[in-house]
Amino acid sequence: MIDPSPTLPRKPEVRFGQQLSRGGHWRRSALFSGPAVIWLALLLLVPLLIVTGISFLTRGEYGGIEWHFTFDSYKRLAGFGDLGFDALYPVILLRSLALGGATAALSLLAAAPLAFYIARVSDTMKNVALTLVVIPFWTNLLIRTYAWQIILSPESWVTQAVHGLGIGVAGEPLYPGTLAVLIGMVCDFLPFMVLPLYASVEKIDWSLAEAAADLGANRVQVFRHALLPQIIPGLVAGVILVFLPATGQFVIPDLLGGAKTAMLGNVIQQQFASSRDWPFGSAISFVALVLVMAGLWIYLRRGA
Amino acid sequence: MKRNSLALTLSATALYLFLYAPIAVVIVYSFNAARFGATWTGFTTKWYSTLLHNSLALHAAENTLWLGVFSTVISTVLGTLLGFGMSRYEFPGKEVFGKLLYVPVFVPDIVLAVSLLLFYSIIRSWLGLLELGLTTMILAHVTFQIPFVAIVVRARLVGLDPSLEEAARDLGANEWQAFRHVILPLILPGVMAGGMLAFTLSLDDFVVSFFTSGPGSTTLPILIYSSVKRGITPDINALSTLIILASVLATIVVAILQRIKTSTRNHIK
Repeated sequence: MIDPSPTLPRKPEVRFGQQLSRGGHWRRSALFSGPAVIWLALLLLVPLLIVTGISFLTRGEYGGIEWHFTFDSYKRLAGFGDLGFDALYPVILLRSLALGGATAALSLLAAAPLAFYIARVSDTMKNVALTLVVIPFWTNLLIRTYAWQIILSPESWVTQAVHGLGIGVAGEPLYPGTLAVLIGMVCDFLPFMVLPLYASVEKIDWSLAEAAADLGANRVQVFRHALLPQIIPGLVAGVILVFLPATGQFVIPDLLGGAKTAMLGNVIQQQFASSRDWPFGSAISFVALVLVMAGLWIYLRRGA
Repeated sequence: MKRNSLALTLSATALYLFLYAPIAVVIVYSFNAARFGATWTGFTTKWYSTLLHNSLALHAAENTLWLGVFSTVISTVLGTLLGFGMSRYEFPGKEVFGKLLYVPVFVPDIVLAVSLLLFYSIIRSWLGLLELGLTTMILAHVTFQIPFVAIVVRARLVGLDPSLEEAARDLGANEWQAFRHVILPLILPGVMAGGMLAFTLSLDDFVVSFFTSGPGSTTLPILIYSSVKRGITPDINALSTLIILASVLATIVVAILQRIKTSTRNHIK
């Protein structure tokens, strides 16, 4: 970039906000930011601290909690319950991460052609193409998810066609099952991947690709060295935006899966509904929260 | 600029079909005469008239609307003030708070839901307040809406010419007057887009509502969920179709609001 006025010294930018004393800043912050900060402190921070605290307490005899500090819930989550080693919860934890990872990978594979396609159509078509991605994004996830129950039901022509092609186990329906959960997840979260990826693809400097090709790079090398580095920020953002909600999903595995596809979200729901084991439910929630914080940390640092 | 190859066009078309398959199925099946199952037996509009006489659905629609309106109004006001305040004024811990603002955006719904459920039940046992119902749902929805509104509004403020605010201050306006009469009208399309986003998030929400609702405060997503759990009834497809139409309409309104944003900017230049 060339500075349009290189000879003129930049005038010191004094804005009204910056002339204020520290107290002045605080008073005005209290007026503008204060109400929302208090709201979030009370209804977000305090509840999350309560969850963290309760995860270290003991379950009461009839649900509820007893004030007795323990790591039992975390031990149980790691597989070391009262009755010796039980792989149930470690398996669910790994399954959630695997399904979240698979959803992110498949969404990336699907989003890449779409992002490149949208970036290359004419400007008028671009608005239409983007709006078409955004509409499902704004449409109720519950509705989009239960529709797959219809599409993947045994009597639907999709299921019959798939079985006709010899994919899947004949006689075994596509829904409920892991495949159905995965299809539902990719369909539901695809817009989260397409939008950030498109934002990066749109900004690609194609002359770099041409230069690489001129210098003798083959197509794979051009992609690997001239294009991929340019879309990494959008790619990372998209993967995080899909992986985190997919890993913590409750509705999709609940509607499209069965006991064999239970994920973290389903176990949390169980603890607060039928099992009434608040400390254990809180421990799983806390693990999910830590996972999110780690993802968030990467997301906010990706620009740096 | 490169042209799209045939392979790219075909795969993009296939992906659009994949994205719209569930939406299309729900709309088509809302006109299916069959009472059960996925077989097509003929065209009918009777499920829409059944829906009009379904008092449960009508009551749920009313709850959904009130929940959406109240939570959106509160979160849009608080979120806009926050977005503006954070872009102009410092306070201790602002950096950390700015990062924490993203937590509700990323945290799984169910974690937010159970944390609020525990919070409410503790308040209830200590103070006897916050019986589960529409109030607790509004409080919960505002909590996840505020960050979205603040982030959208803050993004609009970045593109704003600071000299406009300075001119207002030079002419004797105090901070509040400058915000109210200069900044707010300029960022209004952004505020409205943030509000629409908040409203859609509220209409869309099932998990948080499910855990913070009480008897009598069933919303449409909760109704749809329990119907789906019991086996889909055809009038639920009709209901879902109407909700889909509302979402499409909302998306178009927001797209128009974003156009207004650009044209105001050109107007000022």
